[in-house]
Amino acid sequence: MITAGIDCGAKNVKVVILEDGKVTGKAMAPAGIDAASAAEKAFDDALKMAGCGREAVTKVVSTGTGKSEPKFKNDIVTEVGADARGIHYLYPNVRTVIDVGAEEGRAIRVDEKGKVVDFAINEKCAAGAGAFTEAMARALEIPLEDFGPFSLTSNQEVPMNAQCAVFAESEVVSLVHRKIPKQDIARAIHNAIADRITSMVRMVGVTPDVALVGGVAKNVGFVASLKEDLQMEITIPEDREFVGAIGAAFVAADAK
Amino acid sequence: MAEEQKKTEYWRWTESRWTNPDIDWKQGGIVSAGVDVGSVSTQAVIMVDGQLYCSSSMRTGSDSPESANSAMKWALEGTGLTTDKIQATVGTGYGRVNVPFATKAITEIACHARGGNFIYGPQVRTILDMGGQDCKAIRCDEKGKVTAFLMNDKCAAGTGRGMEVFADLLGVHINDVGKMSLQVDTEPPPVSSTCVVFAKSEASGLLRQGWPKEKVLAAYCSAMAHRVVTLLERIGVEKEFAITGGIAKNIGIVNRLSKELNVTPLKSDLDPQIAGAIGGALFAKVLFEKKGK
Repeated sequence: MITAGIDCGAKNVKVVILEDGKVTGKAMAPAGIDAASAAEKAFDDALKMAGCGREAVTKVVSTGTGKSEPKFKNDIVTEVGADARGIHYLYPNVRTVIDVGAEEGRAIRVDEKGKVVDFAINEKCAAGAGAFTEAMARALEIPLEDFGPFSLTSNQEVPMNAQCAVFAESEVVSLVHRKIPKQDIARAIHNAIADRITSMVRMVGVTPDVALVGGVAKNVGFVASLKEDLQMEITIPEDREFVGAIGAAFVAADAK
Repeated sequence: MAEEQKKTEYWRWTESRWTNPDIDWKQGGIVSAGVDVGSVSTQAVIMVDGQLYCSSSMRTGSDSPESANSAMKWALEGTGLTTDKIQATVGTGYGRVNVPFATKAITEIACHARGGNFIYGPQVRTILDMGGQDCKAIRCDEKGKVTAFLMNDKCAAGTGRGMEVFADLLGVHINDVGKMSLQVDTEPPPVSSTCVVFAKSEASGLLRQGWPKEKVLAAYCSAMAHRVVTLLERIGVEKEFAITGGIAKNIGIVNRLSKELNVTPLKSDLDPQIAGAIGGALFAKVLFEKKGK
């Protein structure tokens, strides 16, 4: 049986094609202003990789902020449910999933069957989401993809007082004026977002194994700060951005 | 050169200074000063025997002591009064410890309550101070003494800073946003995002859908008013009610706020932005009198 999972995020749409419990195709497209057509495109790309047509797909389940957007979906699942199902397939030993996306952060505690025990979400404040690092990288005039590696070259800790992304931007500017090396500021920024995420994770409890998923998991600077905060190893799936979509595809398969 | 032309600074509000023509400092009396160094604006107020003599309100620069000095210098301009004749000065606001010539630093909460009491009279029980980077709900007694307060200084939503972001996004001068936000036939639903960063993206989406600037501003002003109302409701609004700080001048916020609270804020001819500095100058007078005893 072939199913599909779509994760319609604030920034990117991710699609996964699942055939008999194995991922056979995946694709990603920027959500832009029209998430529905981005979903169509990512779906076609993923099908191409899997080598099958739309008619072969039994069921399509959608998740993410824009989960109601894709026209070809049959059902929807919550982001929390999708993450939990996805991580259970990838790493069944994981008990705590941390998902940091462009505009949301989530911490989910799952049991050995992949069932959700508890969760916490921040969707109100940019300070605990990718939007924060993006705004700060822009303020420092460093390309986002270089931002993480660049912060790892820092060798001194600089405190940041502001929590709010808007206030932090002013603080970054004043740190630059004070001639603080940019890599130290970059590290302070990653420490700040890691602190926000950590306090959210503590609300559900930090039970090992801990996995980090979502787009911000690509940022090595953030990962380093988070490890320091949590004082433990963190599992990061290779398909860190596709965990929600994988989960949605499994939810589709589970329902038959 | 066209390339070098600076981007219009929509957030740049109008600076001002004022002298009371009815007072002559040479007649003697206690000359006291209050300097309120905020995150965005700095005010200096000079009082003679507890009467408002002159004031200035200007932008805070990158250096707090320097901002305090220039606000003081501007307030004194043309009065013939010099700093050495000021008998006591209180520094307040975010940069209060950095007022070089201050006798003492006092929190802006205490100063706004005291200043609000002076501006709006002893019947004021609740003061909302909406500043550039924070927002405070203060309860006080008939002497302007603080009895309780709540403050948000962690999040830009509900502060002047959030409004600046919107002024910049829409290309509308900060002095005009309030008035412009009232130029709608029907009130649109408020912007749903709390966070200014997300609200900004939401507003961009609304503009793309073809919303006029007035409507977007109306949606943001009502979201902001609602945010402030939740802070006020946590502490309770007892009449009379007054608003101080820069946003007291934003009629779009003030109108929506009063409507949601069902309370009309007191009015005054004095600049609501100098309330903190007035409170500082009144405290300075008391400090000087105590020292003399």
